[in-house]
Amino acid sequence: MTQAKALASKGAFSSIRYRKNRDRIIELLLLTAGLVAVFTTAAIVFILVYESSAFFEHVSIRDFLTDTMWTPLFSDARYGIMPLVAGTLTVTGVALLVAIPLGTTIAIYLSEFAPHRLRETVKPVLELLGAVPTVVYGYFALLMVTPLLQKIWPELPGFNMLSAGLVIGLMIIPYVATVAEDSMRAVPRYMREGSYAMGATKLQTALRVVVPGAFSGLAAAYILGISRAVGETMVVAIAAGMQPNLTFNPAEPAATITAFIVQVSLGDLPHGSIGYQSIFAAGLVLMLFTLVLNVFGFFLTRRFREAY
Amino acid sequence: MAATAQMTLEEIRRGLSWRKQLDKVFVLVGLAILFACLAILALLFLDLVRDGASRFGWSFFTSFPSRKAVNAGILSAAVGTALMMFVTALVALPVGVAAAIYLEEYAPKNWFTGIIEINVTNLAGVPSIIYGLLALGLFVYQFGFGQSILTGGLTLALLILPIIIVATRESLRSVPKAIREAAYGLGATRWEVTKDHVLPYSTGGILTGLILGLSRAIGETAPIITIGALAFIAYLPPSPVGPEFPFLNFEWLMSGFTAMPIQMFNWVSRPDQAFQANAAAAGAILLGMTLLMNAVAIYIRYRFRKKINW
Amino acid sequence: MATNVTPSVAIAFDERKATRANPPKAAAEKLNFWYGTNHALKDINLPIAENQVTALIGPSGCGKSTFLRCFNRMHDLQPATKYQGAITLRPDNVNLVGPETDPIEVRMRIGMVFQKPNPFPKTVFENVAYGLKLRGIRNRTELAERVEKALRGAAIWDEVKNRLNDSALALSGGQMQRVCIARALATEPELLLFDEPTSALDPIATAKIEELITELRQRVTVLIVTHNMQQAARVSDFTAFMYLGELVEMDSTSKIFTNPSKKATEDYITGRYG
Repeated sequence: MTQAKALASKGAFSSIRYRKNRDRIIELLLLTAGLVAVFTTAAIVFILVYESSAFFEHVSIRDFLTDTMWTPLFSDARYGIMPLVAGTLTVTGVALLVAIPLGTTIAIYLSEFAPHRLRETVKPVLELLGAVPTVVYGYFALLMVTPLLQKIWPELPGFNMLSAGLVIGLMIIPYVATVAEDSMRAVPRYMREGSYAMGATKLQTALRVVVPGAFSGLAAAYILGISRAVGETMVVAIAAGMQPNLTFNPAEPAATITAFIVQVSLGDLPHGSIGYQSIFAAGLVLMLFTLVLNVFGFFLTRRFREAY
Repeated sequence: MAATAQMTLEEIRRGLSWRKQLDKVFVLVGLAILFACLAILALLFLDLVRDGASRFGWSFFTSFPSRKAVNAGILSAAVGTALMMFVTALVALPVGVAAAIYLEEYAPKNWFTGIIEINVTNLAGVPSIIYGLLALGLFVYQFGFGQSILTGGLTLALLILPIIIVATRESLRSVPKAIREAAYGLGATRWEVTKDHVLPYSTGGILTGLILGLSRAIGETAPIITIGALAFIAYLPPSPVGPEFPFLNFEWLMSGFTAMPIQMFNWVSRPDQAFQANAAAAGAILLGMTLLMNAVAIYIRYRFRKKINW
Repeated sequence: MATNVTPSVAIAFDERKATRANPPKAAAEKLNFWYGTNHALKDINLPIAENQVTALIGPSGCGKSTFLRCFNRMHDLQPATKYQGAITLRPDNVNLVGPETDPIEVRMRIGMVFQKPNPFPKTVFENVAYGLKLRGIRNRTELAERVEKALRGAAIWDEVKNRLNDSALALSGGQMQRVCIARALATEPELLLFDEPTSALDPIATAKIEELITELRQRVTVLIVTHNMQQAARVSDFTAFMYLGELVEMDSTSKIFTNPSKKATEDYITGRYG
């Protein structure tokens, strides 16, 4: 019995304090690392608000939200964000028209029809589609998609929102498909079996039981797609032109919020000038958009995960 | 005969064959879309290679950008990208792994931890250009790091942090609870359990996460443009290795730089047709690297998953 | 009270069993335990005799594993757990569940063997040596000596002496469990806890481990939880019957299985409920 004590006093217990202190210090370091995420968010919010507030000293919020021209770099500068918002919405709209039907179809196919091995091989490859650098997609949109479209529509301008939107749609298909497929697979077996037992085919079961059952997951997938499309920069900067243009017609060139920020950054703006601050104001609007979308998506994702 | 909802066998078969047809059509449509997407990916790659073919050659890799398309090369861009990736990895890996360990092994389940987790999830969805704005305001001006490799590396590190955290957490989670219990039962402290039993078996997942993160970072253009990386850099950052003691210096961190995606963007944006070939070549290299890194990551994930059967 | 119960299945007793308890190595005194709001253990008073085997039996959910895990503070790894009362360890009278007592220290004095064998995915040698390394023993010769001693003590030395550097996961279930026992023995614990150690093993492996446990008590005090009454009868000197978080009865094994004082015990022994 004294053995254990002998072992203990052999330096083991005196070092137990050392081990515990070491544990405590390490925990602190790890916590600090965890807090980096919080600090990053705080820093983003701070910087956007700080620079934007300087901006809003010169421009009234009313003008900002309602003016129809965005020309901060002109001598007679106008600061209406509407053109940029219109550009963003149009491009996103086109992208969703592509991504939602195609992504959902792929998800239904993979989840309900595809044999296991096919699914396992295809999924990583689909992921690759989403891993392509966006600047490469921009090249694709400008130099391959636009000329192709121009063969059908010769009047289509070299810079237009349609090509950009189509390519962005292609780019976000993997995001939509992956989340949608996950949520469909989460629908429990017994629900499907109820449908099959009544003589329904796979497609009927998929459309009538699985898709409605996975509703919140699908919504989360779509919102994820929207968020991605709204934040996309390079494809629009390359293929849609960087001229703010208040229109919802995809056949025209226009600038999105993101493209504008790029355009200004390419130039030479003195730190502290109103042009410089305008990109933070634009960024603030973008951030608010995506924040709302992400929060929405997050709650929807949690709901579909918890439901089963 | 009383009216009955029961169908005759004939009626059943007729309706069924129509529905079965639909099923088959859907399978074809699904497959077609899938393969169309993948075909487009392949097409894109091949097109880039074909368009850029005229530029592939030793001189492309060793020349600086130039006003003449034929002479323009990616030397400064490639070096800039490499150095920036180095800084990114150096920052993102320890911070990401440490944060993941904290969240997975140490953090109590309370609101404070919830806040950290929400932030990680949220940051994963923030558009990359916002990171650029953050870096511009904070790193370039407030901290005074300027438009340097250090700023670029830090920005991308923050960008890929959520990727590393998520991948690491997943691989930490895959270590069975029973192993931890056995270690605790012998009197190990939390750090000893983590260091001796959890981390060693998570290296595969962590590595995968790092490679995926870097493959994302390599193609990121928007944040780097925003901090002001220029595209006409005809010089290389100062060499980190010098002839006199201490042989290593850090001047290169503060140097201006350019990166591959920026170079490609710059060339694509030129109206001069000749530069399109350059853009294609740069794009082919960029895409090739991204696909390669993803493939390696997937392979590592596969190999490590097979290794231990608990 | 019932006299001379006939258990519904034959129970074999081991003649080596003690009938008189040694002074306790540890004693639970008015021990209460909560998982969140669930009052899982209620006012348990139970002495664990030194160098003898005490078994805990009872139906599923009676709290026997919960009670066992109080001894080495494994509950501390979960949130929202609360202890009340004491488990006193002799001779220094430390309260194992007291808030002032460090759980790590407790686990360094008390060893545990788990239900499903859980060797580390390392070599046999490294498994057994891990606890020693935690205690700061680095000298190779000393480690080798102690590892051999532990493996002998777990009756598995002959089977693994040529495979010390092979992965422990390559062994059979019974062998893995004995390596886990060796791992716990290596640090020379004052009390060894067994949480249903053979429920995942085949009968032959089970028999070997039961034989081992019976021998181990010469060196260490044993507390074993088992849902198999026959095992309790074969292996233990004293048996405690628990039900719904309370200690119903505790006595020498032979008495519990032939002449229990409480009706609840008798009902359980005779298989009236499982």
